[in-house]
Amino acid sequence: MRKRVVITGMGICAPNGIGLEEFSSAMRAGKSGIRFHPELADYGFSCLLAAQPQVSQETISKYFTPLEQRNLKASGLIYGAIAGMQAWEDASLPEPVGEAPDWDTGIIFGTGLLGSEKFREAIQLIDQGKTRRLGSTAVPQTMTSGVSAWLSGKLGCANQVSANSSACATGTEAIYLAAERIASGQANRMLAGSCNDSGAYAWAGFDGMRILSSASPDKPEASSRPLSASASGFVPGSGAGAVLLESRESALERGARIYGEVIGGAVNSGGQRQGGSMTAANPEGIIRCIREAIAQAKISPEEIDAINGHLTATRRDPDEIRAWTLALELYGKSFPKINSFKDALGHGLAASGSMECVAALLQFQEECIYGNNNAEDTHPEVLELIDSNCIPLKTEAATPKVIAKASFGFGDVNACLIFRK
Amino acid sequence: MKDHPHYNTLRELIAPYLPEDVSLDSLQPDSNLISELNINSSHLVDLVLDIEDQYDIRLEDTEMQQMQTVTDALHLIDNKLKAKES
Repeated sequence: MRKRVVITGMGICAPNGIGLEEFSSAMRAGKSGIRFHPELADYGFSCLLAAQPQVSQETISKYFTPLEQRNLKASGLIYGAIAGMQAWEDASLPEPVGEAPDWDTGIIFGTGLLGSEKFREAIQLIDQGKTRRLGSTAVPQTMTSGVSAWLSGKLGCANQVSANSSACATGTEAIYLAAERIASGQANRMLAGSCNDSGAYAWAGFDGMRILSSASPDKPEASSRPLSASASGFVPGSGAGAVLLESRESALERGARIYGEVIGGAVNSGGQRQGGSMTAANPEGIIRCIREAIAQAKISPEEIDAINGHLTATRRDPDEIRAWTLALELYGKSFPKINSFKDALGHGLAASGSMECVAALLQFQEECIYGNNNAEDTHPEVLELIDSNCIPLKTEAATPKVIAKASFGFGDVNACLIFRK
Repeated sequence: MKDHPHYNTLRELIAPYLPEDVSLDSLQPDSNLISELNINSSHLVDLVLDIEDQYDIRLEDTEMQQMQTVTDALHLIDNKLKAKES
């Protein structure tokens, strides 16, 4: 008998807000976290726009001891630690005391690559023949599991403590994997999330692939245009999101506030066949992933009130809408509301799925569907498939009961979750 | 040993590595860095680098392993500085 899994805590370190309060009001108002980054020109970037959290020294000092702050360069670790600890606090779980490990609570915190800034520093020392000068901080800040390891040290979590990696599907996949672990009875609680570094070393590869936004840096807030006919590529981003997942019985027992239930989920790959490749999705893979998640949720597609898509603001957005319509077999006015949060958050890469899941879930308690800020010139191919009313341009009052969230990543990988209020 | 010319400097170098539940006041010349002051063994590597920077000396791995107490560290610093002068 599978256990039911609910979300009882959330944390967020996003380009447009840190902490749930700041983030939810930013999302509601459509406040953009995208800014002009002239320093990227020094590295020869074509895209000088990016979205990164504005973390104050005060916030860093709240979560990291003075010793941990020495030689702390890994921005992804900073974001992940903040989001993870916030989710724990938000779930009203006690600060651990004493030596007893918490055997029933685990952590899955994914990333694409961690601590690129730290790795650069290490490489410079190594190339100068100064390997012995690396000290003890290089490994914990650059290992992929750096965030889950750090959080486990703080919280004493002693179930599975690990990191997943599936490019831009990482965050959504982390939550799926953690929920499965609880559903199968192997853990009682799981802290799940993902993060992505900021800066030239994290983003340059995408600039080199010429897939970043070519929008004018004069209007950063208008530069990331999911679903728009004038979408010109994605704006690179960073940050972290985290959720505390828990068996429903455990949440009810301790009287925890419940944001929503994970009623279905799936991960798969398109196998880089049938049009899929390293960088493009096999639409059949996406369709199967969405259908599997819906099947596990035991709902009909008509019950989905809103979708938060992957929708990165490249020319492939209409392809994603086509895949959703085929998966749900819903078109025109019957299609659910759909939004992308990348207009405000940029593309948080490995962090995108977890940040966007937090925002998607906030819509339940905020009783709204966040708007698509830059889709006023909706792509004509999108409007051939779904009605314009399905794409709110401003935040709309609503009481969604079921929300679907999907993320897709390089390597033709897919992840989909279905949440119920 | 408390009047050793480098005692206070070393004490300041050690301070950041003490866990929250170990007070700097508990540091004594014969305090064992790992077993009594609870300095994480990986942090000992960082402390050695800080000592190297402070005195412009180099401590080898074997010397680090022999550096058990505060007094050991002071003797090591003395020897290294003497060797540097000669």
